Amino acid sequence: MGEDIVSEIMREYLQQLAAKGTRVDGRKLDEYRQIEIKKNVISSAEGSAQVSIGNTSVLVGVKVELGEPFPDTPNVGVLTTNAELIPLASPTFEAGPPNEEGIELARVVDRGLREGRVIDLEKLCVAPGEKVWIIFVDIHVLDYDGNLFDAAYLASLAALTCTRVPASAQGMGEDFPLPLNGLPIECTVVKIKNAMMVDPALDEEKIADVRLTMAIDENGNIRAVQKGLAGSFSVEEVRKVISMCQVCSSKLREILKSS
Amino acid sequence: MSGIGMENKPKLVDENGRRIDGRKLDELRPIRIEAGVLKRADGSAYVEWGENKVLAAVYGPREAKPKHIQNPARAIVQCRYNMAPFSVSERKRPGPDRRSVEISKITGEVFENVLFLEMFPRASVDIFIEVLQANAGTRCAGITAASVALADAGIPMADLVPACAAGKIDGQIALDLKKEEDNYGEADLPVAIIPRTKEIVLLQMDGNMSQSEFETALNMAIDACMKIYELQKEALKNKYKGEQEVEREEVQTPKQEQR
Amino acid sequence: MEERKQMQNVATRKIVVPGELLMKGHMKPGVGTYARDGQIFAATVGILNVHGNYVNVIPLSGKYMPRVGDVIIGKIIDVAPTNWLVDINAPYPAPLHISGTPWRIEMGETQKYLNVGDMVLCEVEAVDETKRVMVTMGKPGCKKLLGGEIIEITPTKVPRVIGKGGSMINLLKNYTKCRIFVGQNGRIWIEGSVEQIAIAILAIRKIEEESHLLGLTDSIKNFLEEKTKNLTQ
Repeated sequence: MGEDIVSEIMREYLQQLAAKGTRVDGRKLDEYRQIEIKKNVISSAEGSAQVSIGNTSVLVGVKVELGEPFPDTPNVGVLTTNAELIPLASPTFEAGPPNEEGIELARVVDRGLREGRVIDLEKLCVAPGEKVWIIFVDIHVLDYDGNLFDAAYLASLAALTCTRVPASAQGMGEDFPLPLNGLPIECTVVKIKNAMMVDPALDEEKIADVRLTMAIDENGNIRAVQKGLAGSFSVEEVRKVISMCQVCSSKLREILKSS
Repeated sequence: MSGIGMENKPKLVDENGRRIDGRKLDELRPIRIEAGVLKRADGSAYVEWGENKVLAAVYGPREAKPKHIQNPARAIVQCRYNMAPFSVSERKRPGPDRRSVEISKITGEVFENVLFLEMFPRASVDIFIEVLQANAGTRCAGITAASVALADAGIPMADLVPACAAGKIDGQIALDLKKEEDNYGEADLPVAIIPRTKEIVLLQMDGNMSQSEFETALNMAIDACMKIYELQKEALKNKYKGEQEVEREEVQTPKQEQR
Repeated sequence: MEERKQMQNVATRKIVVPGELLMKGHMKPGVGTYARDGQIFAATVGILNVHGNYVNVIPLSGKYMPRVGDVIIGKIIDVAPTNWLVDINAPYPAPLHISGTPWRIEMGETQKYLNVGDMVLCEVEAVDETKRVMVTMGKPGCKKLLGGEIIEITPTKVPRVIGKGGSMINLLKNYTKCRIFVGQNGRIWIEGSVEQIAIAILAIRKIEEESHLLGLTDSIKNFLEEKTKNLTQ
């Protein structure tokens, strides 16, 4: 009831805080909430991870199955990313087929993984034009308290790093780890009035004017971008977002590596 | 039962009366219940039951929407049982299928027996059960979890509802079948009860049993429900145990609270 | 000696869960309980409380259920020609009629006074048997809230934030120099400078999280002392 309606008092207060470079939970503008990564949590999946950023929690399971390649890429494995904003995770999520938000989430995660060449899909061809490994990344949101993009992406990446291709069950030799190329990381920044902050919590997300998500690779290069919400950025602001994402992505990469 | 070729059927009960995982015929799998695991939901619970992992969340009582589903005399119960795509060995297509719709319906009906719904006219109590990892018996694990989540949400109810199945394997009645036993066994009988009155509020069966086998299985399941009931109570008391001891000066009597 | 004092100061309360038998005999079932066959059982998770002839269970979780006379904080979620719809953090929204405001409002001018997203301090005027709730702003102290910040806590923890005889809330007010109003529906309005409000919010979150720990008042006092020290310098 009234979950979607933002109190004007909260909007003004969060704007004032942001202008002073602080946030309601005491964080700095370039600071993430506490991040926890648990890998291999689901044994029925070929790879899995549960990631929490503050109270936001996302579970990703990776299934790997044999199937047909796309006709235009007969030598390449297939990556499919799907997200479900299940009503368990938030009073504002509704049951039913994926809505705009769910589809955008899946596509933004997919873009980071795909354009970042995270999976070496060429190595997943079994018989050209006939049989390749299909990687299903299924994002299951468990608790929604803001910044689903980063949590879902990090959980997907973490799950892929511990995914094993089930070759033995198909009589194709031993299982092997999913061949990976690198670890680009997605970071999200929102703008509240003139202030920019990473990892928006739910209330911050509700009052944000505009949002920008960037996948940054180990070299600091930009591999995927998604601007969201109704507002806009200046070129100067985009430049600032890039440098914020470059700093945060390497921190998040370290957390992922040590998990 | 499920039409799987019986030519590969393993021996389910050995000469010592032990089952494939070493259990005795009337032995439950290990069960762990945790109350209050999600931040956004009004109530929640997590159940690990053998290799099953099930999460339940409850929202409400909240205004039932759309308005035409409201009952002017009492709250309605809406339940959604869902399996994550990665919860089974072969990836399940996301979204409801006929099986999950049926389980959702009968699970909702289970809780109509115990909730004091007349206290909340026009409202809805929404129960979401997510199967994260499945290994037979997920509906019973789901009901067991949902019941703890309802209590965690503070929704008035006459009793907790534990659930458990019994079945028939290699011609013998056995408790709490796991996947192989369910696949190659002869019958499965899920049961849920109201512990205080021993009323049966869920009863299904598929397979083939004589009347006396059926009664033996039913009693075995009811006995197990009483054990699970203890675990449910323990989980709730464990979550709130911190509230037990309070400095006298900080204790609020209800009268002062109403001030 | 000191330790013993502390021990005596601790009250042990019994946690009960739904379906648990509380009492046999001739007591009466109070809040959070129900009677069957001459016995009284718990209907919610909570703390067993015997008050006079009544057996109660004080809930430890659950939605705010409005009672007449409760002073609460509402959020305007819809505007109509002669009334507003107010989200009061309960299962049901409550209408606020123009006659229940301190203003003389012409029909159709409701938006000039209160709009969607505005927050109001109001009072529960009526709750009928079908749980339809009416709120009013025609009582002393009721007003549209401007400035500051409003946070939500679990409604069952409201008494902990207030403390016995207002001890906890006074501690918060004295240290942070904020004006603080705790609505019975779990919404708290805090007004002061941005820095003062920030400290008050962190302290309230700490009360909420640590409400079960012994020595809460002292730990909150230390926290406030530490945080406000930087404030004055």
